[in-house]
Amino acid sequence: MPVSIDFPISKLKSFGVTALVLIGIGLLAYELPDILGKQVLNPEQHVTTVIWTGSVYSLFALGYALVFSILGVLNLSHSAVFMWGGYIGVMSVIRYDIPIYYTLPLAMLGGGLIGVAVDLVAFAPLRRRNAPRISQLISSLGASAVLVSLAQLEFGTSPERFPRTELKKLPYEATKAREYTVNSLGLDFRITPLQIAIIVIAFALMFLLQYLVARTRTGKAMRVVAFNQKVAGLLSISVGGIFRLTFFLAGALAGAAGVLYALAYPSLTPFTGDEMALKGLTVIVLGGLGSIRGAVLGGILVAAFEVYATAIGYSWLKDALPFVALFLILLFRPQGLLGEANVKRA
Amino acid sequence: MGFLASVGLNDFVITLMFVNAILAMSIYLTLYGGMFSLANAGFMAIGSYVSVILTQNHDWPFLPAILAGMVAAGLIAIPIGLPVLRLRDIYLAIATIGFVEITRIVILNFDKIVDEVYTRLHMTSEPPKITNGPLGITGIPVQTKLEHLVIAVIILAYFMMRMHRSRFGRALAAIRQDENVAASQGINVVYYKNVAFVLGAMMAGLGGGFSGHLSRIIQPGSYGFGTAVDILAYSVLGGISSWYGPILGGLALTALPEVLRPLKEYTGLINGIVLLIFIAYLPGGLGDPALWRSARKSASRISNFITKGKTADAGA
Repeated sequence: MPVSIDFPISKLKSFGVTALVLIGIGLLAYELPDILGKQVLNPEQHVTTVIWTGSVYSLFALGYALVFSILGVLNLSHSAVFMWGGYIGVMSVIRYDIPIYYTLPLAMLGGGLIGVAVDLVAFAPLRRRNAPRISQLISSLGASAVLVSLAQLEFGTSPERFPRTELKKLPYEATKAREYTVNSLGLDFRITPLQIAIIVIAFALMFLLQYLVARTRTGKAMRVVAFNQKVAGLLSISVGGIFRLTFFLAGALAGAAGVLYALAYPSLTPFTGDEMALKGLTVIVLGGLGSIRGAVLGGILVAAFEVYATAIGYSWLKDALPFVALFLILLFRPQGLLGEANVKRA
Repeated sequence: MGFLASVGLNDFVITLMFVNAILAMSIYLTLYGGMFSLANAGFMAIGSYVSVILTQNHDWPFLPAILAGMVAAGLIAIPIGLPVLRLRDIYLAIATIGFVEITRIVILNFDKIVDEVYTRLHMTSEPPKITNGPLGITGIPVQTKLEHLVIAVIILAYFMMRMHRSRFGRALAAIRQDENVAASQGINVVYYKNVAFVLGAMMAGLGGGFSGHLSRIIQPGSYGFGTAVDILAYSVLGGISSWYGPILGGLALTALPEVLRPLKEYTGLINGIVLLIFIAYLPGGLGDPALWRSARKSASRISNFITKGKTADAGA
């Protein structure tokens, strides 16, 4: 059961695993110099970078986890929706002079609508036919290809970014790095207010989603649909409506992640999504497919792999490490770090 | 050839069509066994790089180099397939996508890795440049001829045709239907799955070798996730219900954007839409015998309507 009712034991276990992994990431930052015999600059800085890039990865990957947990399919067009979210944000500033604050809700709305459209075009016809999960995977690939090439036709392939002049208008000189020193602990790191905002927004959205799924009536209906669609129908839950809601939420998360990504990195191309797709898949596989907490943990982990690979001077390992981790986890623990063992699935 | 060239199918495109037919057949073999593996883009990259490096740096003749690329892809497929094929559908897809990316990244950074090894082992000689990073290997003379490809496609098609009725083909079909039942019938599931995977990888390596000697330039960037999807699209368009399906799919989907030359920039869009339409409404693909039967039926209905002024159904 993907979004199962959490029994105290499993909750304890997942908290334990999460804590262990996070402590491990933190310690690694300090131990790396000793292990490698190389000088690594400023461990706190790496932890900071891990947290803020990881939060964007987690937010993005949550969409995969959400759709997988409710429908049991992998929506490979999620990354294309993410890329569109980024473009909606950037282009509404460049073309229509909309203030940057409004781009986030705009992109979430746009991403959500694109998500629903993808459901209607790529998933609904197959659900009606009771097609195997693999067919749905292929059709979502098709939808992804369509979205990417539409973006290519509309926006071209040269990288886009939020205009610097607009970013400068943000309060607190948001793009300027500040030095923060916590003297009593000997911590010392630099972070921009924008990055803090990214962390706050990403985690706020993730908590909202967790609250929605775990605590509200709608969330309960979603879990019933995930448990058994027929039963949900008998309980007069609109199964189709829940599916569309799921796709809307996933799309909105992708849209938000897209804007945050575009704020963080000054290069958005139609192919940004493809790169993120693989990271996102790694994230949810690491955490456990369909697990919301797992996605958060996986995002932090993938970010840690990337940051540490760069920190120890093997930047070319940066791209490969997450996939090696993906490979290993699929072979030895296919249910992911926080997932429950389910023999039938893998 | 005059007519074909007039609709945009010049020699290069026709050769490419056959290369893609081979690639489509390579993924067909795993799909036929119910394995949703996207690894073939990676094996294509391996076949391509190995054969091109052999002809360019080591002066191998063309055909042995191509075969070496094919064997290399097959050899690498064995250690990959054994663990990975234990996974099923979505998990297998993700793992194989991961493999494609790892392959691409390793090829991209191969020179750096060699460099690192040289420094670690304190070797004094200059480390060789082999894959040449993101720029790839350029200036490869075109050696792939249409004849080679036609012969290769015919051999592979014959193999496919015979496979269906062979012990191997029937075992794969049984595994696709239900792995557990197949195992209970005494079929060695692990063995057959791996053989299909390795054979598919070898075909992909062969296709990669041919494409490497066709496009004059090979870069790691051209063997990524997008290529994996393209290969999948060929075989989905052609359908996996018959052995000629993937060949048709590979030929048709390569030719389509060339014939519709004004729509050249819409290639990605067309591929995507084709995938969507075929998977949703024609899951059997182009090569589906049922599709042809119903097409013949509707054709005769139309001709009846024209000659007799009424539909065949109404007359019966």
